[in-house]
Amino acid sequence: MDLSAINPILLIAAMIAAATPILLAAIGELVVERAGVLNLGVEGMMITGAVCGFIIAVNTGSPTVGFIAAAIGGAVLSLLFAFLTQVALANQVASGLALTLFGLGLSALMGQSYVGIKPPRTEATPLGPLADIPVIGPIFFGHDLVVYIGLVIVAGTWATLKFSRAGLILRAVGENHDAAHALGYKVKRIRTAAIMFGGACAGLGGAYISLIRVPQWTEGMTAGVGWIALALVVFASWKPWRVLLGAYLFGGITQLQLNLQGAGVAIPVEYLAMSPYIVTIIVLVILSSDKSRAPGSLGRTFHVSG
Amino acid sequence: MIRLEKRPQPSKAMSWATPLLAVVATMIFGGVLFAALGKDPIQSILTIFWEPLFGEFSFFYRPQLLIKGAPLVLIAIGLALGFKAGIWNIGAEGQYIVGAICGAAAGLAFYPIESVLIFPLMVLSGALGGCLWALIPGFLKVKFGTNEILVSLMLVYVAEQLLASMSLGLLKNPEGFGFPGSRNLQQYPSAHNAELIAGTGMHWGVVAALIAVIFAYIMLTRHKLGFAIRVTGEAPRAAKFGGVNPARLILFCLGASGLLAGLAGMFEVAGPAGQISIDFNVGYGFTAIIVAFLGRLNPLGIVAAGLLMALTYIGGDIAQSQLGLPAAAIQVFQGMLLFFLLALDVLTNYRVRFGTGEVAT
Repeated sequence: MDLSAINPILLIAAMIAAATPILLAAIGELVVERAGVLNLGVEGMMITGAVCGFIIAVNTGSPTVGFIAAAIGGAVLSLLFAFLTQVALANQVASGLALTLFGLGLSALMGQSYVGIKPPRTEATPLGPLADIPVIGPIFFGHDLVVYIGLVIVAGTWATLKFSRAGLILRAVGENHDAAHALGYKVKRIRTAAIMFGGACAGLGGAYISLIRVPQWTEGMTAGVGWIALALVVFASWKPWRVLLGAYLFGGITQLQLNLQGAGVAIPVEYLAMSPYIVTIIVLVILSSDKSRAPGSLGRTFHVSG
Repeated sequence: MIRLEKRPQPSKAMSWATPLLAVVATMIFGGVLFAALGKDPIQSILTIFWEPLFGEFSFFYRPQLLIKGAPLVLIAIGLALGFKAGIWNIGAEGQYIVGAICGAAAGLAFYPIESVLIFPLMVLSGALGGCLWALIPGFLKVKFGTNEILVSLMLVYVAEQLLASMSLGLLKNPEGFGFPGSRNLQQYPSAHNAELIAGTGMHWGVVAALIAVIFAYIMLTRHKLGFAIRVTGEAPRAAKFGGVNPARLILFCLGASGLLAGLAGMFEVAGPAGQISIDFNVGYGFTAIIVAFLGRLNPLGIVAAGLLMALTYIGGDIAQSQLGLPAAAIQVFQGMLLFFLLALDVLTNYRVRFGTGEVAT
């Protein structure tokens, strides 16, 4: 075992990158849940985003176009969920599972001729002299644009939910859809918009895995990150800044176990690979005693009678 | 303007018609998908649904129907109990894997001793393994209020890593020339889950599935426990006032579904699969979710749905080798089925009205 092979600065920088897909998917799901909808299809939307982004990036040669395509792909798939739960009034848990199962199959089908191809490289954002600052430079200013976009989305979500009228309406719909409806807000339209936002974020997160983290396409490559993102929203008590904290925690564990595998620690690889999932369970257990923060209408079907 | 009006009672007729409609819709849209992939849609659908049953080589495929259907039915029966009560065990895949590992380990521990006691011991061990694995989310939910959906799912990934570790380590075949995977149980007579009647596909797993169906049916329709499950699903508060202990019900539903999933895994590893290997699990635990819903969470419906899904697996394999249809296309096809079912289910609980209503909605 050679722990000195792990460079702490590079490790922290890699942790931030590892946290980004979880962060993107979780912040999207947070908005969806704040609107009162439980979408268990995050994993399916992520993997679809991953494959859409990959295909488009390979064909156009531009990762940027790939990321845009991934967001669109995730959002389009989430429309299926929106249709099931908002129009056909289906059970949200079952519909979310359907979305994940469907997304996993669809992505495998779309990506079958892209296995083993290298995607175009995503360059680090040129931040000029900032990246040359010792220690802080490589940790915070050496990343690609998507990492920063993720942070901007978190800040934007926080500000929108807390300070804007749109955020207030979204929260009202999530807390009590009947009251929001009585006030004249279009519950279904607002929820559909939130679901699509969640889909786009999950798609971006998926593409981050296939275009930057791995980077290549393999079937089922998101490997439960979407589910961890769902757990993260509970962990964060539905608060954007705590999603950020949680994502770095989980990203950190994921990265740390990869580095430990690389350093040849005396723990078998399989047991190290289990750790992110086990940590997720432990964190869920610790935090699940406090359910008071959950949006009031979470998971309930809204239907206007009369 | 189309309006939905809630039915006072869910329609019985629609409740049985929607799965059939969903299958028809899936065939149509599946045909469109296959056409988009450049395959003849009608021939593809016929290959999937007709060929295994009545085609030239049906004598070979028909037994497969039981072999692939049995684990699906076993798992789906257990899941349905929980789903009915609003307890969502979606980690059956993990319980299936752990059941297989425990079952195989119990058998391999005695290799090469021959005894009639070994197989029953493996059955017990597999069932117990799956049951305990499912009781983890159950216990955490009861004790700490942890969400069972997320915990049971996380445990699937843990189980997959455990499977990899077992097939590369503890259970690896010492005479396997370094290849991953355990000894083949098919070559160990005391542990082999062989066909009971040659050429039918009938093995102990099929028997277990039938017993599970009968038990579940009687329990849900005649027994107090089944009543408690139904009431809890439909009106949790009423159930509580009616004296149902929610904690005990959660543990029962999760434990029972884990037990059945563990059994399914054990029968699979001792029979059709033969050995513990890295890619032993093929997603039965997830497909069983579709089976449970398609069968309307009703034991008899689940048998029909399980056989239908088994048919799509077998037909999918044939279509893959004969028409070059990608394996993933079948996965999409199965996913579509659940989508259409959930979408069409609106007809069970709501009446569709045309024209404008008196109250603007």
